[in-house]
Amino acid sequence: MSKVLKIKDLKAKIGEKDILKGLNLELEEGKVHAIMGPNGAGKSTLSKAIVGHYDVEITDGDIVYKDKSIKENEPEERALEGLFLSFQNPVEIPGVNNAYFLRTAVNAKRKHEGKEELNAAEFLREMKSKIEELGMKKELINRSLNEGFSGGEKKRNEILQMMMLEPDVIILDEIDSGLDIDALRAVSEGINKMKDGKRSFLVITHYSRILDYIKPDYIHVLKDGQIVHTGGPELVEKLEKEGYESLGSL
Amino acid sequence: MAQEEVDKAITGEYNLGFEIDIEQDTVPPGLNEDVIKYISNKKDEPEWMLELRLKAYKKWLTMKEPTWGKVEYEPIDYNSISYFSAPKEGIDSLDEVDPKILEAYDKLGIPLEEQKQLAGVKVAVDAVVDSVSVKTTYSEELKKHGVIFCSISEAIKDYPELVKKYMFSVVPMADNFFAALNSAVFTDGTFVYIPKGVRCPMELSTYFRINALNTGQFERTLIVADEGSYVSYNEGCSAPTRDENQLHAAVVELVAMKDAEIKYSTIQNWYPGDEDGKGGIYNFVTKRGICEGDNSKISWTQVETGSSITWKYPSCVLKGDNSVGEFYSVAVTTLAQQADTGTKMIHLGKNTSSTIISKGISAMKGQNTYRGLVKIGANAEGARNYSECDSLLIGSHCGAHTFPYLESKDSIGQVEHEATTTKISDEQLFYLRQRGINEEDAVSMIVHGFCKEVFSQLPMEYAVEARALLELTLEGSVG
Ligand SMILES: Nc1ncnc2c1ncn2[C@@H]1O[C@H](COP(=O)(O)OP(=O)(O)O)[C@@H](O)[C@H]1O
Ligand SMILES: [Mg+2]
Repeated sequence: MSKVLKIKDLKAKIGEKDILKGLNLELEEGKVHAIMGPNGAGKSTLSKAIVGHYDVEITDGDIVYKDKSIKENEPEERALEGLFLSFQNPVEIPGVNNAYFLRTAVNAKRKHEGKEELNAAEFLREMKSKIEELGMKKELINRSLNEGFSGGEKKRNEILQMMMLEPDVIILDEIDSGLDIDALRAVSEGINKMKDGKRSFLVITHYSRILDYIKPDYIHVLKDGQIVHTGGPELVEKLEKEGYESLGSL
Repeated sequence: MAQEEVDKAITGEYNLGFEIDIEQDTVPPGLNEDVIKYISNKKDEPEWMLELRLKAYKKWLTMKEPTWGKVEYEPIDYNSISYFSAPKEGIDSLDEVDPKILEAYDKLGIPLEEQKQLAGVKVAVDAVVDSVSVKTTYSEELKKHGVIFCSISEAIKDYPELVKKYMFSVVPMADNFFAALNSAVFTDGTFVYIPKGVRCPMELSTYFRINALNTGQFERTLIVADEGSYVSYNEGCSAPTRDENQLHAAVVELVAMKDAEIKYSTIQNWYPGDEDGKGGIYNFVTKRGICEGDNSKISWTQVETGSSITWKYPSCVLKGDNSVGEFYSVAVTTLAQQADTGTKMIHLGKNTSSTIISKGISAMKGQNTYRGLVKIGANAEGARNYSECDSLLIGSHCGAHTFPYLESKDSIGQVEHEATTTKISDEQLFYLRQRGINEEDAVSMIVHGFCKEVFSQLPMEYAVEARALLELTLEGSVG
């Protein structure tokens, strides 16, 4: 099996605080990996480290994506190469039209891949069908990016971007938080449609609920800055019953 | 402007800072009655104009430079400035413009040949280099519609009655220190008259270029829109990159008669100086329009990206009943630029209304001040004003300040004011970059979003230019 993303002995801090403490993880092409772990374990920090967030300082180890170290690369370079993060708390950007933003992003990626840019009409057609699939309110597309969106609307908007950008590795940081059951179902369906046997997913959550909808191939348990346990889907039930403590440490 | 030109625009610093290598006639520095006589004589002016100039000069001598603006600069030595400079050739005949000037204007993207059009749209241009208008295009075609479009110097000779009637009628000669100085030494600028009922068939524009060293530019523009007429006028400007500061003190007067509308747009891109505040243009300008007749309208739109110091308050006197005044502004201060700008809306007539949308963007060490006055006169029943002043900060060394003033005798008017200050956050930039948009584009996307309401007021071809200019100006101001 080819490994699209390899996190090697990663140590990272935010400010003065050590958060990732020698973390190892490999994502297989075409598979769904779930990361579970208690609040404050370092799940969001890991996702930020992968996409090059300015908060996270890598002090040791490496991040290898498609066989190249990317830990020095700019965030936009990583994005253009197919890394996508659905943010736990998407930021609001007043004045920037949602559709305009998304078309710019889609065309930046197409340009990077040597493809023709989509004109406004082509883009709108694509986007409209995805909005319907997601059961998203149409008016959101002409509003300012995430501004005044409800929690659920923001998450749907993240998924819309994911669908339009067609990334190779998708990191979903607590996509399930703040979603009611209908929204959870719609979002999960959107994610499942993206599965094509090549694309890989890293689903970060601390509730097992979403894993009923997005069936993971692997479960990793993250505790205190390290992956302490890796197993198959059966681990979900065990964690559900016995909690993270039952797994002890490595 | 084509995308590639926009791209080119984004990749440089101030890229209009070249000098046109031409021979110029420049009067030695210093200001006195002889210099004023020299200017008047050079322009072959009638005696009455010289008298007005001298009168303005005497008043100016008694006046003090204003100090209330939130701007700081070394005192200006008015005797170290040269008050007249003109390219040696091509002043007398419109057909004999020095090819180097044509070339320079070409480089600035301003077509001085009528067959070359800006973005496929006919735009009449008055081209001013330092103290003289070197060429005015489409004058003949416009004349067929009764529209007068010429340099102010020509107007003084050819249309003295109109000039006598309206010059100083909106901005009195001793209105303020800089206006008085301008009244004494103004050199060129544009005159426009739109006759009754005529909708000006094309966009009119003036492009001001400072070229000579140590020279001040004092242009004067007068636009009169007679009853029921309409005109859209645009001005642009640029100057060479130099270590010395140069003074630009202009006066613009607009008169809108009954049912007339004047739309006045400015893209100001004078050399801004460097990041330590060295060099750059002092842009001290008085702009005012009067809505003389009922149902008239004056709309100012400005995109101010240049100059080391900007001091300007395009204003509207809403005298006619139901008249409308608008002010849409984007002012950018980056490097060590300082801007103190805003507007005055003076409501005199009944049911007059005004709108003020001001967007200030500050980056690096830029200081941006909005200063605005809304005044509701005793007879202005039903007057309405809406003001919105937003500031955007990029980085943490810049500043934004807002000074809205309201003067209203009774509560006969309805005035609404909103103000916000936001900062482009790292989190916003990161979000856009995570979607594959590079940092510069991410900043400009946020900035354009911020300026949208103002840009939408500009004529299309100028809106494209304004956007490109904004990107160029903010290039390198992040990170
Ligand atoms: N910007 C920050 N500054 C300081 N500490 C932070 C910051 N972000 C996260 N942390 C801390 O890092 C630890 C891991 O946080 P995070 O990765 O968000 O955990 P998780 O996503 O697993 O809940 C927590 O103790 C949190 O308080
Ligand atoms: Mg988290």
